[in-house]
Order: sequence, then C-alpha cells, then structure tokens
Amino acid sequence: MAYSEKLIDHYENPRNVGTFGTLEQVKTDTSVGNGVVGAPECGDVMQLQIKVDPQTGKIADAKFKTFGCGSAIASSSLATEWLKGKTVDEGLEIKNTHIVDELDLPPVKIHCSVLAEDAIRTAIADYKEKNGIAQDAEAHSH
Amino acid sequence: MYQKKPAGETGRGHIISARHEHKATLDPCKRLQKDGFDVTFLEPGPDGLITAEMVKGAIRDDTILVTIMWANNEIGTINEVPQIGALCHEHNIVFHTDATQWVGKMPTDVTRDNVDLMTFSGHKMYGPMGVGAIYVRRRKPRIRLVSQIEGGGQERGIRSGTLNVPGIVGFGKAAELCAAEMDAERERLLKLRNKLETELAAKIEHVVVNGHKDKRLPNITNISFGFVEGEGLMMAIKDIAVSSGSACTSASLEPSYVLKSLGIGDDLAHSSLRMSLGRWTTEEEIDFTIEKVTWAVHHLRDLSPLWDMHKQGIDITTIEWQNH
Repeated sequence: MAYSEKLIDHYENPRNVGTFGTLEQVKTDTSVGNGVVGAPECGDVMQLQIKVDPQTGKIADAKFKTFGCGSAIASSSLATEWLKGKTVDEGLEIKNTHIVDELDLPPVKIHCSVLAEDAIRTAIADYKEKNGIAQDAEAHSH
Repeated sequence: MYQKKPAGETGRGHIISARHEHKATLDPCKRLQKDGFDVTFLEPGPDGLITAEMVKGAIRDDTILVTIMWANNEIGTINEVPQIGALCHEHNIVFHTDATQWVGKMPTDVTRDNVDLMTFSGHKMYGPMGVGAIYVRRRKPRIRLVSQIEGGGQERGIRSGTLNVPGIVGFGKAAELCAAEMDAERERLLKLRNKLETELAAKIEHVVVNGHKDKRLPNITNISFGFVEGEGLMMAIKDIAVSSGSACTSASLEPSYVLKSLGIGDDLAHSSLRMSLGRWTTEEEIDFTIEKVTWAVHHLRDLSPLWDMHKQGIDITTIEWQNH
C-alpha cells in the first residue's frame, strides 16, 4: 500500500505520545478529558486525552496512545497536534474528512480517521461531563 | 457408486475437509455444497492439527471424499496424512491432499503415504509461477477425474489446452533441485527458525508461537505479539517481507481465519505475523530480523493503550469495548 509522506512521518515520528496519568488518575482529574474508542477485536483502539487550561478554556496539551495500523497511529497523532491551542468547541470542528485529506488516506483506511474523530468527541464529552458543561447536541448525534 | 458415475455429476455424497484449509480448497468445497454435496469442515485442535481420529469421527456411509492439506500455509502444522490416507482406504473413500506447502520441502511418497490425489504448485518450490500439478492415483484404487477444461484432450483429457512447456520444464527442474537439497536445507532452516523463535520469545514478553510445537514445517513461523497490531508492526519492519494473516488475503483487514479456527481470539489474531524462511535466508538476516522485530514490538507497545492498561493491571478482556 502506498502511503503519503505526511502519514509516514506521523507514523515514524508520532507526536504527543503518552497519557496524563493512569486511567484511575485521569478519571478524577477534571482538567483532563479521556476518550478510548475502538476494540482490540477490530484491530484498532485509540486513547486520546486533552488537558484544558481552566483560565483560557483552551486545550493546553493533548496526548494519545493507539493500538492499530500505521494509518490509525498517524490519524491520532495528527489529531493531538490539531487539538492543541483550540477551545473544546473548536476541537469538535475537526472532522474525519480533514484527516483523510491531510494524510491522503487510502479508501480502506478511512475508518481510521472516523475513529480519530470519535476519539476527539469522546475525550471532549468526558471533559465537559466532568466540568458540568452542557454537551453540544451535535456531539451526541454521531 | 463413486466410480460408476463421477461424483461431480451426481450432487450426492459427503465430503470431509477442515476449517483452516486454504481458500483453494474451501471455495470449491463451498461450491460443491451449493451443488448438493454435504461438506463437514473439521475443527482443528488449538495447534492446528487434523488427526486421523478427527476424520474417523466424521466419516459416514455416504462419505466419498476427504480433502485435508498436508501442511498448513499460515502456521506450518503438519497433519496426519499417512494415517488419514490409510483410514480412507479402509473405508473406500478417495483421499485428496493439498500438498502445496509440503512437496519440495519434505520427502513425499504417495504410495507409502496412502494419497490418492495430491495437488501442488511450482512457485512454492522455487519454480515458475502459474504452473501446478495434480497427482492422480492410477491403481488401487484407480481415480478418474472429470475434465477441468475440455478440448484437445491434453493431460489425459483432464485439462485440455496447449501445454505450458517452459512452465512444466521449470517446475520439473525446480523439483529436481529441491529433492537434491532437501535434507540439508531442512536442517538448516530448522536451526534458523528455532533461533528466530527462541530469541524473540526471550527478548519480548507475551510472545506466542502459533501452530504445533513439533509437527510443523521448518520454514514457517507464525507468532503473536500481544498488545501490538500486526499491520502496524509490519510497517515498522518494512525492510523485512512478512505477512499479517496470509499473504493471499492481506488486502482484507479481517484477522486470519486460520488463526481464528484454532480458537485464537480476534485480538491476538490481529497481533500476528507470519514469517517464512527459504533457500536464500541467511543467519545474518535472522539476526537482523530478531533485532528489528524486538525494537518494533517495544516501540509499538510504548504507543499501545492496551499495553498501558495491561501494565496498570487492567484485564483488557473485561473492558466493554465499543465495537465498530
């Protein structure tokens, strides 16, 4: 399969790998939104976390860990890059099609970008829930 | 009954095969099912083995054919072919074996091993692609085949059409070379393969070698690396030609049906690599592979949320995953 240079770069040099603590710690940290999507049986699991600065309301940092193919790793790496500096609502504007375009994903790998969008939404929803912020109706429609 | 009228024309009778056969056997079996034949697909053991006992348990009065591969293409497990053949002969059942992975690597004697029909292919023994062969027993019992391609009557009428002479000659030469080198080559490959498996298992945690421990071809290894996805792993070791699942089906993203038929969970099936060794594989290449795979598995585990969870003592099988 031929992959784009950008995709290979994200796969070989993944950005923002990591977590903001164990799952137990993250659960009680109100500045962190955690999203785990996919399933091992399907061959893809993405864990994406955002850390929000309470002063500015902006995503100060984002981290990911992904079990999956090169496209899944690259899609989640790209997602963390794009999330940084955005407000959580701006983060919700990242769509899977943007990831497809940026990484030039082949058709069989579109689902990786869908998973990345899901991970973003789940992480943001988790942050909002922890902080009692009303969920955007659209975020649930997915 | 079988000999009076070719079975292919009656649409009646029972066939025994196995769930982890190559598609080249499974697909014709499925077509025969549509044509009215009854097919039993045996469940292999966790090591991929099909024994004569398993076949015996499935034989019925109307069983006309048993087709069991000699050795499996993804895991290398060697089935009990001579015993299965003897069993079939006791019951007057025709025995076919797909010996594509076997011939050229292991000594083959159709008479001693009770084989009636045996198919194998040129490119698996360093011969030309696009040429294969079928052995058809001529006596005790005499097997007659329905013609595959009708026409000029070449190949005793089984497969008409002008012969592919360069292919046939190349195939013959390849077989001759394999026969001459077989014993030494088998020893050499076994040593290299064992080194590869032993060192990977020593350097990496949660490594499972799939297939039978001893009854296995010397040139194939199929290894599951827990918490790492096979396709991602392949990309990390792109200098090494390996496959995740079997090469024939790797265009699909499904985990290997062969591994699934052994009862290996979808998660570990997604974490598997098949590596093949051959005539030109050197010890240096094995060392390189050990080093590269070890690095890649550790690197990808650093990226893997499943590995993280495992390290935090979370049993990933108890998590409610959202399936896509």
